[in-house]
Amino acid sequence: MSAVPGQTVGPFFHLGLEYDGMNELVPPGHPRALRLHGHVYDGAGAPVPDAVIEIWQADPQGHIPRQPGSLRRDGWTFTGWGRAATGPDGHYQFTTLEPGATEPGKAPFFAVTVFARGLLDRLFTRAYLPDDPDLLANDTLLESVAPDRRATLIARRVPDGAVFDIRLQGDDETVFLTYPRLRDAWA
Amino acid sequence: MESSQADINREIEAAAQQPGGPQPKIDYAPYRSSILRHPKQPAHLIDPEAVELWAPVFGHRDVADDEADLTIQHAGTPLGERIVVTGRVLDGDGRPVADQLVEVWQANAAGRYRHQRDQHPAPHDPNFTGVGRMLTGPDGTYRFQTIKPGPYPWRNHVNAWRPAHIHFSIFGTDFTQRLVTQMYFPGDPLFPLDPIYQSITDPKARELLIAQYDHDVTTPEWSTGYRWDIVLTGTHRTPLESDTEEEAA
Repeated sequence: MSAVPGQTVGPFFHLGLEYDGMNELVPPGHPRALRLHGHVYDGAGAPVPDAVIEIWQADPQGHIPRQPGSLRRDGWTFTGWGRAATGPDGHYQFTTLEPGATEPGKAPFFAVTVFARGLLDRLFTRAYLPDDPDLLANDTLLESVAPDRRATLIARRVPDGAVFDIRLQGDDETVFLTYPRLRDAWA
Repeated sequence: MESSQADINREIEAAAQQPGGPQPKIDYAPYRSSILRHPKQPAHLIDPEAVELWAPVFGHRDVADDEADLTIQHAGTPLGERIVVTGRVLDGDGRPVADQLVEVWQANAAGRYRHQRDQHPAPHDPNFTGVGRMLTGPDGTYRFQTIKPGPYPWRNHVNAWRPAHIHFSIFGTDFTQRLVTQMYFPGDPLFPLDPIYQSITDPKARELLIAQYDHDVTTPEWSTGYRWDIVLTGTHRTPLESDTEEEAA
């Protein structure tokens, strides 16, 4: 069957997609809260003030959450999914937990989706935690990416959390992903 | 210098000479805002792993039933043509996507969004916000009641107008099926002029975004009806794997 094509999220997505607590997978005061944040930049290096970032992740034990509640958060259930809009300075942020490895020896990552005005279809990428160089060195995806582009997939530790900048275009363009069944949709 | 509609039409025609397949061309200069906002490197092909094989779960805790009626969110009745839009969300193999979230947003009947950035001097409707949410049923069916949105001007080029549309945000059964798109109405005269719609250069593919008028969805003395089925890409997880992993979880 032919997949329905995507279209841009447009300039007015706040109306339909924003809700209270969307970027707080855990409350900001949670003792193990991680601030995952960054900027979205266009091909001229200008911040993108009308982008939407979604993350989807395992919990710290590496379990994939199967619980509802991302739209009406109860403050206790970790659903593993959140959404953030960039501000006027192109900055987004999430309050979340660190994802764990889903299998021993796997590098933990956030699955990331990017939407924006001006972007005609959504983009997929990953944000890896930077801490274990051995795991990253043996990761199937990172190994398959040109060495000079790997860093675009790895968040940086900073004193207040982890930073993952997204560059839609240009010299340090983020590596965006596609999957076999999406390629089918192009056949 | 600002482009005219004739300039954009020429660019649309030129781009159509190099068909880009059934998805939008993300490198599509007739849509001016896309020029600096599309990746130039090809997407990197991988087999999905871990969370990428699963989609977030939404449920009745997340969405109230009345969120699927955009006409009852205020004290009064919104102005415009009352419509019902319904259809099924299916995966690329034709299986229904059940119990999954559908989000919609749109302009009012006059073509005005309830959004600070919309400066189109058409009236707001105090009785219409233009936002709805719903969950699909066991057979993938979604259904909502709303007002038919109007077309509206934008600043891509001089005298640019968007065909009337409703924005849809849809999740599948795995992460890779995530879709944000726009549903259009049949016979819109603005289709050939709109670079966002025309960014899908395969005519058969872009027609998949057009709802069909369905008299069986229309109800007497109340509203007209449109049907729009949404086929996602294929899931990367086989039902057998999902059963096993669900039990193990």
